Amino acid sequence: MKIQINGQAHDVTSEGDTPLLWVIRDELGMTGTKYGCGLAQCGACSVMVDGEIVRSCVTPLESVVGRSVTTIEAIENDPVGQRVVAAWIAHQVPQCGYCQSGQVIAATALLKQTATPSDDEIAAAMVNLCRCGTYNAIKAAVQDLSGQKVETL
Amino acid sequence: MTAPVREIDGQTELTTAVPVNVSRRNFLLGSIGATAGALVLGFGLPIDGARAQEAAKTMAPGTRVPAFLEIRPDNTARLMSPFVEGGQGVFTAMAQIVGEELDLDPASFVVENAPTGPDYLVVNGTMRITGGSMSVRTSYDTMRKLGALCRAMLVQAAATRLNAPASELTTEPGHVVHAASGRKLAYGELATEAMALDVPATDSVTLRDRSQFRWIGKPVQRLDVLDKSTGRAIYGIDCKVDGMLHAAVQHAPRLGMSVGDIRNEDAVKAMPGIHSVHRLPGAVAVVAERWWNAKRAAEALQVEWQEAGAKPVIDGIRTMPADFSTAAFSQRLANEPGDGKDAEKVGDATAVLAAAKTVVSATYHSQYLHHAQLEPPSTLARFNEDGTLDLWMPNQAPEQFQANIATLTSLDASKINVHSPLLGGFFGRHFLYPAANPYPQAIQLAKETGRPIKLIWSREEEFLRDPMRPMAAVRFRGALDDNGMPVAIEAVSICEGPSENIYGHSDDKIDDTAVEGLTGKAYAIPNRRIAQLYVENPTMLAYWRSVGNSMNDFLYESFLDELADKGGKDPYELRLQLLKDNPRLSTLLKAAGELSGGWKRGPFTAADGSRRARGVAMASAFGSFTAAIAEVSISAGKVVVHDLWEAVDPGNIVNPAIVDAQINSAAALGVSQVLLEEVVYQEGQPIARNYDLYPILSPAEMPRVHTRVVESGEKMGGIGEPGLPAVPPAVANAVSTLTGQRIRSMPLSQYTFDS
Repeated sequence: MKIQINGQAHDVTSEGDTPLLWVIRDELGMTGTKYGCGLAQCGACSVMVDGEIVRSCVTPLESVVGRSVTTIEAIENDPVGQRVVAAWIAHQVPQCGYCQSGQVIAATALLKQTATPSDDEIAAAMVNLCRCGTYNAIKAAVQDLSGQKVETL
Repeated sequence: MTAPVREIDGQTELTTAVPVNVSRRNFLLGSIGATAGALVLGFGLPIDGARAQEAAKTMAPGTRVPAFLEIRPDNTARLMSPFVEGGQGVFTAMAQIVGEELDLDPASFVVENAPTGPDYLVVNGTMRITGGSMSVRTSYDTMRKLGALCRAMLVQAAATRLNAPASELTTEPGHVVHAASGRKLAYGELATEAMALDVPATDSVTLRDRSQFRWIGKPVQRLDVLDKSTGRAIYGIDCKVDGMLHAAVQHAPRLGMSVGDIRNEDAVKAMPGIHSVHRLPGAVAVVAERWWNAKRAAEALQVEWQEAGAKPVIDGIRTMPADFSTAAFSQRLANEPGDGKDAEKVGDATAVLAAAKTVVSATYHSQYLHHAQLEPPSTLARFNEDGTLDLWMPNQAPEQFQANIATLTSLDASKINVHSPLLGGFFGRHFLYPAANPYPQAIQLAKETGRPIKLIWSREEEFLRDPMRPMAAVRFRGALDDNGMPVAIEAVSICEGPSENIYGHSDDKIDDTAVEGLTGKAYAIPNRRIAQLYVENPTMLAYWRSVGNSMNDFLYESFLDELADKGGKDPYELRLQLLKDNPRLSTLLKAAGELSGGWKRGPFTAADGSRRARGVAMASAFGSFTAAIAEVSISAGKVVVHDLWEAVDPGNIVNPAIVDAQINSAAALGVSQVLLEEVVYQEGQPIARNYDLYPILSPAEMPRVHTRVVESGEKMGGIGEPGLPAVPPAVANAVSTLTGQRIRSMPLSQYTFDS
């Protein structure tokens, strides 16, 4: 099966019902996208497919054939992704960091669709779990990116 | 975006070469000028050679400079941290502390977790764990001296090079300066000569005065943020080596059971990508080319599990009975006869309670909790041709894991290389716990297959074996005088503590980790009796962020509000009165009050029209002190926490930004516990095997958190855990005030409130 990840075509041999997460991690060796629950509960596995956020742990490989997948590894190739990463640094968001690939992807997907999201739109889009409780820092970083005035650390 | 952080990239490719036995000292010296190679070698570095081990024994932990520091030609430093980074910011703190005395900007540091070895036993100079909020406070002086010793060696090397007396030399960040001749040498130019010198005596160096600090006490940026924001940070689950196979397990539904017949073994072996099927103590495993195939196959195995026999399948475990239910067990704890053993006794609470006109009695409950760290446990195990064993696995105590693996494998500890990658959260999850660490399984699978094995526990298998925060029932009695002031308090905690669950119960001892937070309260109640009544649990228990305090401050501080109500006292004013002779805690409580805009209990109507109330609570844990105020409302029958104001007095601090982040983090876990979390067992099995049925705090439920650090200048306390214990009771007390319904158990999601 041929899939397009981060602008590159890959020939993969995993069966079609394999979750995209495990194709990315095990077959293609890119470990930035994380496994947390396998049930689309936590969002650590978030990637973009044609610019839309999806949870790769429940996304079958065959469903992304012919579509464009973006993982955290390519986040700095995207101008919006670069801004998100810069805001994550400015707000010193990560603690353990395990969920942050997914959080950065979620913020990037939001801002690519809606450049200046409202607080309600931010709340609706930024739903990934973080056991370290970095939620306030995430919110401040995304508000900052959406043009709202917020305090940085 | 500092360049040194990016260089960690070099570690992502693990060495696959058979490790070469080099002494650490030689390695560090040899690596100067060969940075890229050094990084690869360094990550897979074997335990020090015997000679280096011998040398280390003659030096105090934390003093052998080349075991900790490599100064590179580009004037950056590589620091081996005795503590593992799991989000708490300790790598950055270590760089700040060492950098301060070394005179090198912390931003120039690359920090890694040190290998095992006696040099790294820096917790009070005797041991090495990352836990108990101990890292910075127990190693602060040692790590400062380490930086100062390294600086002295660089100065001595410069003195030789410049042919000038060391006394004429000074340093500025990254450089030795000879002002008299106007000459200046970069640390990177001096490193080879400096590291070849003998380490000077620790009392030969003078530490900086606090007033001269440039980095300690400042909100220095974390060193790991860029890698963690771009997917480059490497956790245990991400580690890989050449030739590696993947493994998944299916655990016995109840701990203690063993593997009987597997009805469909041949069919599973024939599934795509499957290498082999294995029988392990209390589990079956599938090894495959890829983890997804292994997981699906492991789940598909139809095992006839055998009931536990007299001999445990795994040392140190409890056998889970087929009829175990947490609801019934909670009731049993509440009704267990007996008065327990004294853990703290002041005055004569029993007599005062017997004679008092006004006595308040109530039984409180806490619940089992999961760690629920987002990274599932894993172990990568590889046997090497030279007879050594490499392990990459999340752990909070590498030497303890190494010793345990030595017993398990009959290998000498020097042949076991423990690599400790970044932790995707820990909260107490990654200590040594019987049947709860994947490495015995990974080692057996690597042995049986002859291949390196990476074993990952699925979330479902993790929630089946995650050892839990204990459950307790506490019987409280309090006596009030005619003015409504508490004059006696008794708390009998019916509980098994995590320490006695893991290491064994002794009838003549109290497990402090069961009662801390009931004991050690600073309130001037003249008669106090705190006791523990031991009841063995059929479950495996563990340390969970803030350990006993995580439940006991909820239990005590909520009951204290009951006493305040009965005595007609405001709960904030009552606490101030009970602390009137304790200036440190009075100041702290007032700081929290001020931070919240002045104490206001309510109920009151907020600007949005909702009815709200506030609750207050305090805690003393891990050498630090906290006071928290929470504001809540009820929406659709459920509690909403709007704001938390928390003041913390940790004595003094290293990084205010990280302290603020840790208070936010501890507050989030505290709110999560009090609102949502509870492990429920029915018929010997947990109902929840994933986050769907074990909800943890979501972004929508996170309150605003306002923190204030009160640096009293007293002895340095911990930071990772102390922020948690005051939060659940502050929330519960607010809810009691708002609803008029006394809250005596968690989580609040079990109650329905009128909006």
